[in-house]
Amino acid sequence: MEGRTPRAEEIQKRLTPGKETKRIGFDTSGLGNWDSSLLIFLSRINRLCAERSIEMDLSGLPAGVRQLMAMSKAMQKRPQSRGGGKHFQKDAFLNLVGGKTIGLWRTSSETIEFLGDTFAAFGRFLTGRAAFRRSDLTLLIQDCGVQALPIVSLISLLVGWILAFIGVIQLQMFGAQIFVADLVGIGMVRLMGAVMTGVIMAGRTGAAFAAQIGTMQVNEEVDALHTFGISPIDFLVLPRMLALIVMMPLLCLYANAMGILGGVVVGTGMLGINLSEYLTHTREAITMTDLWIGLFHSVVFGVLIAMAGCLRGMQCGRSASAVGEATTSAVVTSIVAIVVATAVITFGCQVLGI
Amino acid sequence: MTREPIITAQDLDIGYEDSVILQNLNFTVNRGDIFIIMGPSGCGKSTLLKILIGLKRPLRGKVFYEHTSFWEIEPTEREQMMRGFGVLYQYGALWSALTLAENIALPLQYYTRLGADQIQEMVWLKLSLVGLAGFEGYYPSELSGGMKKRAALARAMAMDPDVLFFDEPSAGLDPITGQLLDELILELRDSLGTTIVVVSHELASIFAIGNNSIFLDGDRKTVTAHGDPKALRSGSGDSTVRRFLTRGERK
Repeated sequence: MEGRTPRAEEIQKRLTPGKETKRIGFDTSGLGNWDSSLLIFLSRINRLCAERSIEMDLSGLPAGVRQLMAMSKAMQKRPQSRGGGKHFQKDAFLNLVGGKTIGLWRTSSETIEFLGDTFAAFGRFLTGRAAFRRSDLTLLIQDCGVQALPIVSLISLLVGWILAFIGVIQLQMFGAQIFVADLVGIGMVRLMGAVMTGVIMAGRTGAAFAAQIGTMQVNEEVDALHTFGISPIDFLVLPRMLALIVMMPLLCLYANAMGILGGVVVGTGMLGINLSEYLTHTREAITMTDLWIGLFHSVVFGVLIAMAGCLRGMQCGRSASAVGEATTSAVVTSIVAIVVATAVITFGCQVLGI
Repeated sequence: MTREPIITAQDLDIGYEDSVILQNLNFTVNRGDIFIIMGPSGCGKSTLLKILIGLKRPLRGKVFYEHTSFWEIEPTEREQMMRGFGVLYQYGALWSALTLAENIALPLQYYTRLGADQIQEMVWLKLSLVGLAGFEGYYPSELSGGMKKRAALARAMAMDPDVLFFDEPSAGLDPITGQLLDELILELRDSLGTTIVVVSHELASIFAIGNNSIFLDGDRKTVTAHGDPKALRSGSGDSTVRRFLTRGERK
């Protein structure tokens, strides 16, 4: 077996049941450098010897190898501190289901508690008793508003443009191209402006909220607020929620205008519709009800995005990877909440006949 | 001289829903003590600290601050008591979005009726006590590790607390900066008479500042020694405590 580390299986084959081996020794006179693979080989041989009651003579091994093997044995015997006895083992199915159920129950309780605390904080704000820094609110409004304009502009313009293109394919068949103005106008103002702004803000601002608060959890900054008796809900969650409640309707109005502009580009540039005729059609098609429904959507989305972002941030664990998970979870939760809320509001409007 | 007890732990069990980390903890911290909570890594020192400062509820037992049972009073009363604590977290936990001045001013703005000028003076005073006067406009990210710790100490002292809690004050600091922080802790105790509770396993720091301590044994899940750490080094009847305090010195 010169020139390479032998395989434990080769040794095992030689220990045939017929021949009785009482002792295994090692000749390492030809051994040059060695590494951990030698130790792994020796530990396998050690197991084989233990199973077959064969004595393992280590005297032929280099002194360093003997010392490492002795250390390894000593460490295995050392009493383990808390958590040290945890082995890599597959959980039983029922344990797994039980664990997940308990986790779900715990998350649900935390969510309900968070919702209660947030509404209580909102109540304190309405009665002028909420304690947060007005300068934080100003900065957050700036961040949620002006700084979001470029991305809201691009996406809304393209959504209006896409709506017009999709509509025109059908409308052209009836020679009713002019109704593309109605389609884009109502579509953007009643729903798409709010939904697209919501999705953008979920990815941009909701994720940022989760990351900011999650990082504060990791750095014990939230604990520091607790120990000073400052409510993290008042100090961190409330200004973020207020900023989005204020800015979402404004961004939604802006997105509506940009979407209509996208429709104008298609209508006037490609279909040859007169600009004033297009705008007149748009104005006649859109009602104040459509506008209010769109704005109502945007306020609801603002609350949902702020709550999802802040909730995931507050639930964040104490590691860098936990911040990543919180951020991802905030975006997913926000988008799911936006879609569910849209369905509920649309159904409500249908029932109310508006 | 007998000093009055300020913190008393009685039959305290701590841990999480599914596991007990430490049980049957009984100890007393006297007014003016520099009390060290020591023990090997992972034995539950920081968890015990969280219970003492109101961030985590014990599984069983009581914590008395003077004669008030801390975990049995109304949450609003407990919050009121917590304002009498100053806490220096392991990595400072300064609010990263605020400047040093804003970090120190925030609790003062919340809980005092001081005017803006008075708060500014107070901020300067606290920062000068820790040698950081002139750094009011700096953000925590612009400071070194040692400076962050000192700034966090200034914030912890903002409300003139009765008790200061330190979680591993020397962690991550070079020996000289660590020693300077120890000296600062001693000066604060001597000049202000503040009671100080320190979680630490840094032997040099423990012997330099501590006059009272408990040793938490993670294997036996309880307190195995209580007293002056210098006396415990040679006089403790428990071999683990002696090994810990002599760093297992080979003879």
